[in-house]
Amino acid sequence: MTTTIYQARKIITMSHARPYATHVAVREGKILGAGTLEELARWGDYRLDTTFADKVLMPGFVEGHAHSAEGSVWDGAYVGWFDRADPAGKVWEGLKTVDAVVARMRDAAAAKPDEPVVVGWGLDPIYMDNVRVTREDLDRACADRPVVVLHASLHIMNMNTKGLELAGLLKSGVNHPGVPLGQDGLPIGELRSPEIMGPAAAKVGFDRGKAMEGSPEGLRSYARLCVRAGVTTATDLARSLTDESVDEALKITGAPDFPLCLVPFRIMAGMTPEDLVAFTAGIRKKSTDRCDLGRIKVVADGSIQGFTARMLWPGYINGAPNGLWYVAPDQLAQIYEHALGAGVLVHTHTNGNEATELAIETLESALKKVPARDHRFTLQHCQLASPAQFKRMARLGMCVNLFANHHFYWGDEHYALTVGPERAERMNACRTALDTGVPMTIHSDAPVTPLGPLFTAWAAVTRLTASGRVQGEGEKITVPEALEAITLGAAFTLGMDDLIGSIETGKRADFAVLEDDPLEVAPEALKDIPVWGTVQGGRVFAAATI
Amino acid sequence: MARPALPVTVIGGYLGAGKTTLVNQLLRHSGLRLAVMVNEFGALPIDRDLIEAEDDALISISGGCVCCEFGDDLAGALLQVAGMDPRPDHILLESSGVAIPGSILTTLLFLDGLRGDGVVVVADAAEIRNTAANTYLADTIQRQLDDADILVLNKTDLVSEAELAEVTGWVRSHTKGTRIVPAVHGAVPHDVLLGSVPLPRRGHKVSGHAEALFRSRVLQPDGPVDPVALARALAEGDLGLVRAKGYVARPGGGLSLIQVVGARWTVEDATDDHQTGVVCIGLKATFDADGLARLGPLEPVPA
Repeated sequence: MTTTIYQARKIITMSHARPYATHVAVREGKILGAGTLEELARWGDYRLDTTFADKVLMPGFVEGHAHSAEGSVWDGAYVGWFDRADPAGKVWEGLKTVDAVVARMRDAAAAKPDEPVVVGWGLDPIYMDNVRVTREDLDRACADRPVVVLHASLHIMNMNTKGLELAGLLKSGVNHPGVPLGQDGLPIGELRSPEIMGPAAAKVGFDRGKAMEGSPEGLRSYARLCVRAGVTTATDLARSLTDESVDEALKITGAPDFPLCLVPFRIMAGMTPEDLVAFTAGIRKKSTDRCDLGRIKVVADGSIQGFTARMLWPGYINGAPNGLWYVAPDQLAQIYEHALGAGVLVHTHTNGNEATELAIETLESALKKVPARDHRFTLQHCQLASPAQFKRMARLGMCVNLFANHHFYWGDEHYALTVGPERAERMNACRTALDTGVPMTIHSDAPVTPLGPLFTAWAAVTRLTASGRVQGEGEKITVPEALEAITLGAAFTLGMDDLIGSIETGKRADFAVLEDDPLEVAPEALKDIPVWGTVQGGRVFAAATI
Repeated sequence: MARPALPVTVIGGYLGAGKTTLVNQLLRHSGLRLAVMVNEFGALPIDRDLIEAEDDALISISGGCVCCEFGDDLAGALLQVAGMDPRPDHILLESSGVAIPGSILTTLLFLDGLRGDGVVVVADAAEIRNTAANTYLADTIQRQLDDADILVLNKTDLVSEAELAEVTGWVRSHTKGTRIVPAVHGAVPHDVLLGSVPLPRRGHKVSGHAEALFRSRVLQPDGPVDPVALARALAEGDLGLVRAKGYVARPGGGLSLIQVVGARWTVEDATDDHQTGVVCIGLKATFDADGLARLGPLEPVPA
């Protein structure tokens, strides 16, 4: 039995009994204990590893809401506003002008001359004064093949002339609010809303479903991005898992050098509530240390900036009609009841406060029929929940995963355009969640925003928006609270806090290896702390060589 | 692409209204090669005895029909079905219980070779008012009603006559121009729902068991007529029609195909030769033959 004792500049354990240590002892991929070298030496022979002697160790970060598509999106060219690192660690500079976007798409087209469709992603014209990217712009990048560029929100798509031609849209007389027209009466190349993007993408041969579902190579890229972000356990929320794709995920994650514990959720679609729960309970038994299965994701409504989130009165500030249900209330009730009965964990996407209300009410009814004391049903995003809703959630034993990154990237939009100042200030109410006793974590929803728990923690602590305003002073949380959210907090919502989330005897040897101390740097610098890499299940992964 | 566009009927309505039952009725009795597309994560959408073979992507159904799921990629799935060989006669797209059917029709606008034929919304006569009173669902149900060309008021056997009159009045007050068709077990003649009338057919009689409920006449204009004006009159006039379909001669030569579903109408140029005549189908109780006759001569009712 080999014991390795890692020496560190500081170890932040997230354990109240022993918050800090200098050494941590690891055996069989698990933690023997954290303390001083003298204390740990009692476990017998050991090898002292000083690789981290000048580093700060934290429990490996846990990303409670991201998608493995964060890895596969990099098959296309990144054209977003903010700098963003790819799976290989190369930082792609954020693009500030349409010309820069065109140039990068031109490079992408030239780099892959055999690809039938040239794909870009991450475009966000709201930061460029809402300038409209046109098909002529993209024609300058590539004119002889279709060019498809997805916006960061994923709710809008741009095409070049060739793409529109193939999509059958390059004609006058197209009369739909989702297809803006130019002076010449022809579509300018921007396509909004799924019922337009769907057919257009299908006809140019761009598979949006596949782009979001991920691929084996994408899963490995995702894991590399996790190492760079200090993440040792990450959800894939969610997949249309089948026996085959589960076996494939088990195979990929089972590789000796796979650096992550993946937690794939089964999306609700495609099965009756009964079958969904039975299938999910069934695959749970296949779980390994690096692929933890057996959870369900339900999507209750749409998105706030897409005006498809379900809102309570007074709804959207621009008077847009209420959003859409993606699950029928009766189906939600059936899923909850079956899942509670089978002990299967359900996370429910609710963006608008009406969707949150429905989830709370439905769970309350389900719990009367199927009493379950420690269900950990979690609301994902839950961006607009009111204090009253948080209190009810607490009493019902619900958890929440708030979208702190969203507040930074789109907070200004919400303030000005979707819900207005008051509700924008209380969006993603971390303070209220903690004060009302709702177990809480925070997330990136990568690839919607970049994976990076330290950034996410920074966003919840500072509540800064992209324009530099503090939005919602009263909902700020402290640095220690944010660090707990991205470790134990997330682990709790996954029902894995017995395994991960803190550096304590018996837990998995999962560490985030940091170059600086998040408790010592200024809160504003939290996001800038370099991540050296991770230790996952006792295996060391350096970001520089991953 | 010389072939006429493949018609797509969207079948919407909340859970439990009877969408699946209605689809199975059509599979049993229409005699058409139907492609059924479902999104609802419900139990098997096709009656067992109709299924010939099942694989992951496709259920083969007797009579040359098929059923597939469309999941997240409606457009891709539609194109796939449109490309099937042999091609189906008609696509039935069963939407989820909370979907807004009109947005599905929008998708069709951008797919060549497919034509939105209309939206059929199925409502449970006993439950629709309760469902619409649920605060979470009220606006969704209203949006479904707004999009309905034909509203099948199903399960009328579960309500009394007085209740039926009440709920019919309620539906009428919550819709505009929608044709309301009562039904039991989703039994509505396929030519009413799908306009699948072989044209023209002298002395057309509405198919199916429910024919006692319906009436049909063939409008046979004497000579060329403005097809748009006629289509509009059939759709928007208060004639009690649910469906109308047929060819008429245009002034200046050529034929036009007129299709009416509820208050929705389309007119397109016919590419080849057809006998003229427009089959008009409506509920017996409200069918206004005299009004119809003012638009042109009607063929005599067969003995």
